Amino acid sequence: MNPQTLLEGLILSLVAIAGGAVVLTRDPLNQALGVSFFGLMLSAMFYIFQAPDVALSQMVIGAVALPLIILLTLARIRRNTK
Amino acid sequence: MKLRLTLFGLGICGLVALYGTVIAHMPGPGKMHSPYSRAINKLCVPQRHVTDAVTAVNFDYRGFDTLGEEFILFASVMGTLVLLREAAENKGPLSGDSASEPRNVRPTEAVRVTALALVGPTVVFGVYVVTHGQLTPGGGFQGGVVLATAPLLVYLADDFKTFKRITSHALIEISEAVGGGMYAVIGAIALVLSRPYMTNVLPLAQSGGIASGGIIPLISIATGLEVAAGFVLLLYAFLQKTLAERESS
Repeated sequence: MNPQTLLEGLILSLVAIAGGAVVLTRDPLNQALGVSFFGLMLSAMFYIFQAPDVALSQMVIGAVALPLIILLTLARIRRNTK
Repeated sequence: MKLRLTLFGLGICGLVALYGTVIAHMPGPGKMHSPYSRAINKLCVPQRHVTDAVTAVNFDYRGFDTLGEEFILFASVMGTLVLLREAAENKGPLSGDSASEPRNVRPTEAVRVTALALVGPTVVFGVYVVTHGQLTPGGGFQGGVVLATAPLLVYLADDFKTFKRITSHALIEISEAVGGGMYAVIGAIALVLSRPYMTNVLPLAQSGGIASGGIIPLISIATGLEVAAGFVLLLYAFLQKTLAERESS
């Protein structure tokens, strides 16, 4: 088994585990952090599968922008319900 | 309940069977070469002097699609702003008041120093990604978001007052509009020369140079401007709302 296949298998399982963890998390706050990690793993996956353009987009959107917007929205909603 | 479980079981069996078949017949990673990808790989350097095929497709061969995407982004940012603004009006006088910006809990020195030290490299990296989209992976979209995280780092290092000072509201709104409009205007350059909209009519320059690609780097910069401004605008609106309400409660 060559190293590339090994790396691909490893990153695919990491994506599956991270994705599963995000779905199974019930608290939205933890979920936002989980989704950030999931985004990072997805970005690494795209990079390993030789799509660096997509990896860069995934990195900035999935690992930074999306969790941030979720966190800010949560902060707003919590303030409204209190 | 029994019926539901049976239906679910049948469904999941079918899904696994179909999905398994599809996966088994999929070509391995990097093995699939469609005629389109082969053509683009062969043409993008001689035809457009661009070394990143993805950017050539996004900003030139299918530039009109990307124009639509850019306006989707524009419209969603505007929509979010309208939503948040309406809520601000309902809340009463305090939330829109800029004079009494609430003080956040002061971050620790370690956070402040790290965040401040990262601001410079972030800006440089963002500008690099925006301007080198035609040469290496990246481009306006990715670089724009990277640029937008710079003011966010400043917010982390200090407080909302500083964030507000460096993201002067009017300037950001103008950049957002100019970025979006510039893309459409660059596409229209070709119309003046009686060529189809979005034709790459500018000099293509030396392949591998920063000015290579004709309209591609210009479009990349326009997109970067729009994405960065749009994102900062969103952050501004969200932070303004959240912090103003924290103050009033």
